[in-house]
Amino acid sequence: MNTQLLETVHGRSNHLVDPTLSIWGWQIVLYLFLGGLVAGILVLAAGLQLKEGRRPLSAVLRWAPLSALGLLSLGMFFLWLDLEHPFFAFRFYMLFHLTSPMSWGAWILLLVYPAGILLALTSLTEGERGLVSGRLPASLRGGFSSLAAWADASRRPILLTAAFSGVALGLYTGLLLGTMPARLAWNSALLGPLFLASGTSTGAAFLLLFALDAGERKTLMTWDAAAIGTELALIALMVLGFATGPEPARFAAGLLLGGKYTAVFWSVVVVAGLLVPLGLEAIEARRHLPFTLLIPLLVLAGGLALRWILLAAGQESAFRLLS
Amino acid sequence: MSSVTGAKRQRRYAMTVDTRLCVGCKACVLACKAENAVPDGLCRDWVVEETRGEFPALSMEIRSERCNHCTEAPCVANCPTGASHVNEGGAVLVTHYKCSGCKACIAACPYEARFVHPDGYVDKCTFCLHRVKKGGQPACVSICPTATLTFGDANDPASAVSSQLASRRSKVLHPESGADPNLHFLL
Amino acid sequence: MTTTRRDFIRIGGTGFGAAAVGTGITTKWWGLDGDRVHDPGTEGDRVVPTFCELCFWKCGVLAHVKGERVTKIVGNPEHPLSRGRLCPRGTGGVGLLYDPDRLKKPLLRRSPKRGEQKFEEVSWKEALDFTASKMDDIRQKHGPETLALFSHGNGGSFFKTLMAAYGSSTISAPSYAQCRGPREVGFDLTFGSVLGSPEILDIENTRVLTLIGSHLGENMHNTQVQDMARMIGKGGELVVVDPRFSIAAGKARYWLPIKPGTDIALLLAWIKVILDEDLFDREYVAKYATGLDELRKHVEGKTPEWAFTETTIAPNVIVETARFIAGARPASLVHPGRHAVWYGDDTQRSRAIAILDALLGSWGRRGGIFVPSTLAVPKVHVPDYPAAKTANDKPGGKAYPFAYEILSDGLCNASIPASPSENPAVRGWLVYGSNLPMTLPQPKVVVEAAQHLDLLCAIDVLPAEITGFADVVLPECTYLERWEDLGPFGWREPFVALRQPVVPPMFDSKPGWWMAKELANRLGLGDFFPYEDAGKMVEERLKAGGHDPEKAKAKGVVLGKKVPVTTEDGLVLSFKTPSGKIELYSQRLAAAGADPLPNYTRPEEPPPGHFRLLFGRSPVHTFARTTNNRFLGTVTSENELWLAAKAAKEQGLENGEAVVLVNQDGVRSQPVRLKVTQRIRPDCVYTVHGFGHTSKGLRFARNRGMDDQRLITRVKIDPIAGTTGMSVNFVRIEKAEPADLVGAVGSIAPAGSVAAAAGAAAGSGHGGEA
Repeated sequence: MNTQLLETVHGRSNHLVDPTLSIWGWQIVLYLFLGGLVAGILVLAAGLQLKEGRRPLSAVLRWAPLSALGLLSLGMFFLWLDLEHPFFAFRFYMLFHLTSPMSWGAWILLLVYPAGILLALTSLTEGERGLVSGRLPASLRGGFSSLAAWADASRRPILLTAAFSGVALGLYTGLLLGTMPARLAWNSALLGPLFLASGTSTGAAFLLLFALDAGERKTLMTWDAAAIGTELALIALMVLGFATGPEPARFAAGLLLGGKYTAVFWSVVVVAGLLVPLGLEAIEARRHLPFTLLIPLLVLAGGLALRWILLAAGQESAFRLLS
Repeated sequence: MSSVTGAKRQRRYAMTVDTRLCVGCKACVLACKAENAVPDGLCRDWVVEETRGEFPALSMEIRSERCNHCTEAPCVANCPTGASHVNEGGAVLVTHYKCSGCKACIAACPYEARFVHPDGYVDKCTFCLHRVKKGGQPACVSICPTATLTFGDANDPASAVSSQLASRRSKVLHPESGADPNLHFLL
Repeated sequence: MTTTRRDFIRIGGTGFGAAAVGTGITTKWWGLDGDRVHDPGTEGDRVVPTFCELCFWKCGVLAHVKGERVTKIVGNPEHPLSRGRLCPRGTGGVGLLYDPDRLKKPLLRRSPKRGEQKFEEVSWKEALDFTASKMDDIRQKHGPETLALFSHGNGGSFFKTLMAAYGSSTISAPSYAQCRGPREVGFDLTFGSVLGSPEILDIENTRVLTLIGSHLGENMHNTQVQDMARMIGKGGELVVVDPRFSIAAGKARYWLPIKPGTDIALLLAWIKVILDEDLFDREYVAKYATGLDELRKHVEGKTPEWAFTETTIAPNVIVETARFIAGARPASLVHPGRHAVWYGDDTQRSRAIAILDALLGSWGRRGGIFVPSTLAVPKVHVPDYPAAKTANDKPGGKAYPFAYEILSDGLCNASIPASPSENPAVRGWLVYGSNLPMTLPQPKVVVEAAQHLDLLCAIDVLPAEITGFADVVLPECTYLERWEDLGPFGWREPFVALRQPVVPPMFDSKPGWWMAKELANRLGLGDFFPYEDAGKMVEERLKAGGHDPEKAKAKGVVLGKKVPVTTEDGLVLSFKTPSGKIELYSQRLAAAGADPLPNYTRPEEPPPGHFRLLFGRSPVHTFARTTNNRFLGTVTSENELWLAAKAAKEQGLENGEAVVLVNQDGVRSQPVRLKVTQRIRPDCVYTVHGFGHTSKGLRFARNRGMDDQRLITRVKIDPIAGTTGMSVNFVRIEKAEPADLVGAVGSIAPAGSVAAAAGAAAGSGHGGEA
């Protein structure tokens, strides 16, 4: 006897919740993208300095931390736009809730600013510091120089803290989404590392849009390739985990393997956004071809698409939709 | 929780929905809207009708659903401002003036029981705690013409809810969510 | 200065500590930032009991008033019908009270033709003077009986008094010929009593309840649904006979998806099995009934195998259910039904049900049909009424000797002159709370009849379609704003309930009693309303009955002493039939030349490609009466057309698409959303009645959903009761075209239109075929 559930009449039609969740839209997509990008820049900028033991040769890389903070502020503005009760945003900072990744995120975002400013101080040349100091009100200039001096003396801890805050920033959004069993297409422990890897590759891609010292370009491209490779591996593992998991996970796999988002995910995110740039980077490295802007643009587009698709897929997956 | 140790037993509010009796009339939806001044277009509780099988071998299940006031509520765990919190009897409530409207709780809810109130905060069923505190019952429970809904303290072995759970087959929705819901559907 | 590890830890630790402090522990500790439980503040400063009028069940409610505003309506625990619980409609009373489309001022027609909906707001004096003068003209020129009153609702009592004083007994309610008539006639012929409303059924104690079509649960008659739930809770079971898998069917032990129109065959087969297998209440039948031998003879040959060929219900199921039903006797009840005007042989079907109930021994028994008791309260003392006459409600001379009420459709037809030179039998209509264009079959006839009248006075709360045809519209205030008379009420326990104002009338609306009194005064009939104020009249009546009016107003009900209502309680049964017994074989029918025992007639088959149109109720609405209620509309604001999945597939129709119905006479419906479902036979379609309003004044309900009434162009008149069988129309389904969708509001409104956006939120939920 057929006892299949063929008809459901669901009497709820709440705005933003029905027929499927649509609470987080372009504002969050852009924040995730920018946040990841900024996380990547912090990690890469700090990482580069740790590797080379000196400030970067490219001006772009020296200014990168400050511009990252600018981008982050833009991202946080989008985040604030998304709030339904925006003038109560201060409530994020009246509490640290250990079990809430969003609370972690709120405080991490706060930490990123001083970490980024200090990283900027270690990166900028004397002249560049002077430019910044010149823009500050006279009363703060004294404090600025003391801070700069202290930064010079504490290079290593600052670099490590900056890298750490970048990693935290990159991970937490993925963890925020990934620790909600209710959203079937997000529920993977790999989402955190995936967002970090994606953030690193988009961060690298962003930096590669600009004029760079050849050696540093090469390093960034190598790290970008590594990040892309990691991303591909994590995507594969995530999809594999979904496809071989219990029913809720398999529903999520379905969205990416034959379902609504399959075509756009594999073509835009994986092929265009990851495989093609990776391939091009490999060819460039082998054949010593001149650098093309195509690679970073593809990576950036792929990173944006990744977040867009995952955000949509997660909201469109729910226990209720399982038969 | 025993009285042998003299320790005060914690109340655990729960609700049972008798699917044998529910006719899906939606009096509970309207009574809740009236009692709690729920804005137009939104509802804190709703009715789901499921039909299984093919004509003429059919079966139906009708459920009046709402927030499950879960014991391991993911909405409370995920709330960055403490607005979503556990109140008396384990009921999960939202303190309006603490809510930033980030909607993490809406995303985290396995039952999609929450919504954004036009005033900006996130809202949902409150078990009519404002009535329960005065010894009353939730509005939906009071109005239901078929007495489908029963509300009470599941930690009190003498409560109607406890005896129903002990004597009837029941289920919760999506136990795999891990949220440990306190809305039980009697089968 | 280098930062040492120790410094780092110290800085980090401080930061962490600060965060820990910032976890709100600090503020929570000193209660600075606690979590107050929000109180929505809807509990009333004063709570006034009254009884509901969203339908006609009359459940006792408590209206909460905060300041000037009614915040919510809940059940009155003291009232025997609601017992503290309400259906969705009762809860939705605030939506009627605060309906922005309510009639606000008296209106006089300013268009030459009735129905053009052009009115002028006038004073009460002008409106009442006009109405009274027209009424006077009619009685002088044509006789008082040519004025008809159509009345639906408790408040109609004042207009009935007016009519009696005026000298007319041409009083009709569509609830007879368009609803319960055949059932009442069938049961009256058998048991000598009607069932009334609310039906006197002891469902709470039934062990097996058999529903023929009655879709309790969707039909949300409060007490009956409460009782059904109590019954189920006590282990009672359901047998549901319905072409549709109704909510009740979903709870039934047996669902018989019967072919529409063949119920009598099933009932006869059941009777045969029960008689053959000796499963009837022998003692009861021997003591109280006559005609058993004739019945036995009559059902010879009405085997389950024969019934199968007519009903499509398998023979073994017929046998099994017969045994199941009879096994629970006498607490086994075949529900008499309510809206019984289906196929034109409805009195005979009701007879079959009554006979079966008699065999089960359920009349006057626990779990069956109880004998009601009433609390009598002395009436107001008025002069003797004049001898009243009744207009002929059966034009064409057809006699329906068993029709004990006037046929509303008959009066409508009687308002149209048979030929230009003839005078119609009915010349004026007073219409109290009765939306005739959406109630009577063949709405075109209503429109036509309206054109010939000398007076059409509509008394209503909302601008229902009938008001559009009126010469004068008198705005009544809602049930929450007025006094009404104490009605007599037969129930398990004797009681009377009060309807008293909760808040003063809004706008320039007035209570019905005041209108009737004012008209009476103008017609020289003021003596029949010997009170200043209906409230005082009710108080006087209560006092005269030995009841405390203040207590009554505080409690909302006056309860009488319980008396036995079943034989188990000690009731002694008697039957007001000519023989003094239950008449299984009806002599009266035989004498009138009708079948003394029910015979089965095969129903028509739908023409090829057509489906029989069936209709029913939503628990959220009372047909067209409540579909403008925006509060109820937040839950259900439109109807759907149910079509079997198999049939939909054959016709290439998909769930959720907009379709239009065309009936056998070529009448085209408004567009409606299609619900493709497993829950209905492939030979019929189903929708909820009461949507598809066209009145300009009903701004929410207008053009929302489909009106099935306009598709009921064909009726089959029951030869015994004179009632109009309406489930005899066949429709074919077409995909809605853009021209159909112009102006449609709701889920099927054309995409991108304002109406579509408005309709998106409300509606009957989203769902359907997975």
